[in-house]
Amino acid sequence: MALTADEVRYIARLARVALTGDEVERMREQLSNILDHFQALNDVPTDDVPPTAQSLDLANVDRPDQTHPPADREQVLANAPRRENGFLRVRAVLEA
Amino acid sequence: MTTKARTEYEVVVGVEVHVQLKTRSKMFCACPRDYYNAEPNTHVCPVCLGAPGVLPVINREAVHFTILAGLAMGCEIPAESKFDRKNYPYPDLMKGYQISQYDRPLCVGGALEIEGDDGPKTVRLERIHLEEDTARLLHRDDGAEPYSLIDVNRSGVPLMELVTKPDMRSGHETAAFLRTLRQLLRYLEISDADMEKGSFRFDVNLSLRPRGTQPLGTKVELKNMNSFRSAQRGVEFEVQRQSAILESGGRILLETRGFVDATGETASQRSKEEAHDYRYFPEPDLPPLRIPAEEVAALRERLPELPDAKRARFEREYGLPHDEAALLAETRARAGAFEEAVRAAGDPKRARAVAHWLIGDVARHLNALGADAELADTRVTPAHIGELARLVEERTVTASSAKEVLDAAFESGEMPAAIVEARGLRIVSDAGAIDEVARRVIEANPKAVDDYRGGKESAIKFLVGQVMREMRGRADPNGATEALRSHLEAGR
Repeated sequence: MALTADEVRYIARLARVALTGDEVERMREQLSNILDHFQALNDVPTDDVPPTAQSLDLANVDRPDQTHPPADREQVLANAPRRENGFLRVRAVLEA
Repeated sequence: MTTKARTEYEVVVGVEVHVQLKTRSKMFCACPRDYYNAEPNTHVCPVCLGAPGVLPVINREAVHFTILAGLAMGCEIPAESKFDRKNYPYPDLMKGYQISQYDRPLCVGGALEIEGDDGPKTVRLERIHLEEDTARLLHRDDGAEPYSLIDVNRSGVPLMELVTKPDMRSGHETAAFLRTLRQLLRYLEISDADMEKGSFRFDVNLSLRPRGTQPLGTKVELKNMNSFRSAQRGVEFEVQRQSAILESGGRILLETRGFVDATGETASQRSKEEAHDYRYFPEPDLPPLRIPAEEVAALRERLPELPDAKRARFEREYGLPHDEAALLAETRARAGAFEEAVRAAGDPKRARAVAHWLIGDVARHLNALGADAELADTRVTPAHIGELARLVEERTVTASSAKEVLDAAFESGEMPAAIVEARGLRIVSDAGAIDEVARRVIEANPKAVDDYRGGKESAIKFLVGQVMREMRGRADPNGATEALRSHLEAGR
């Protein structure tokens, strides 16, 4: 299943990844290969299998409404490249 | 040149409301949900922080709260529901996706009855689904660069989203829907539904069409309204703006506009209008929810008496007029206080008097405390109100002394009967004492006496007032009127 260069650019934009022309071509090949790989699933007969959004035979995995102490703020912020007054700090991102 | 008849336009409005649910813990982790006034990033754990490898687990109470809302509005509760990932990159989303519900929401259809422009009106719902709130961003600029500060406390708070069908036809109806919805949510005690705290937020979708036609016009989305009044003003402004454009032959742009409170106008938010592509897919970390009929039935049992039913019962059971019953049923706390006070008054016939105290002088005291103050926030209890109504009806105190008793009760929390005794406010019915004062009042007010004798019957009210004043409000008004009348007639 070959993707077009336009489709690759569209997906890149959704992911907010900037690609050069070379990279678009490289990604087009790699993503197409991945899709081809998963085409194998289409060969599995599924006529007798009811549609599901879940591969596990589970339902209602939930919990009662109880609280636990949250993490220590120092730990929460430990890996943040930048912080300010207890907040995480990031560059301004404009909505697309 | 011929003048074309002005086309009359009709506005078609639908709303989307986001409601934070009042659970103890967050939607998918056990962090405390209530972050109000908390220091930033102190209600956070690896799950709501979106750390790699963590597993969300559904808060069953949040599911129940959403179903309760659905049942209260007559929604269908499908037997199976699921969560999906809504993907978009923005710093308020810690994982890069929001866990939401796409095609299998918890509640489908339903409706809410509101007071429309032409009487009662049904606003139909599209759906109600459950999702997680995002982190809160504060936009800053330190001169070197614009940047954002992130507080993750709000991330993962259970958020219920309700979408209506385009059934409202004016700014007023839009505000009426939002008010009615907020009242219902508070009755259900599933949310504070407090706009200032951000637990009740809404967007409005609207379009104009020539009145009497069916096809919908170009949709405009309105944001940034943070009061019922701004919702109404925002819609009304758009009706004017869009009518003017259509009248002059222009076209309406499909766009998002922000309401500006200071001017009452809306401004384009200039976001490129392209269809969002959220790449929804089933949340692999969350197996589906099955909601058995017994569970729905048990939740139905949990539904309290709802505002409309309560109001109707107050009219029927206590003989209250519609408006008074509606005022008392406005909040569950007020309605509860009313019925408790009626019981304390010892006779359902005193309900009308109890209602008047609550709607009148008690409301005045509460308003002084703040918009959402309830009786429970004061030292006065329903037992106080009931006792006061009883004392007035049994003619132990006059109506005017009773106001003083109530003020004193708000001050000290003492029971009315005790205040009456301590302050010597017991009604004076002793004919001799009243007669004595009546005689003095007549001597001191020759003008009013002449008026009365000259046929101005109402002059006696002034004289009664004078007797009351002399006796510090304690005189039995009937006794005072009688005493005055007998002196006035005798001296004719």
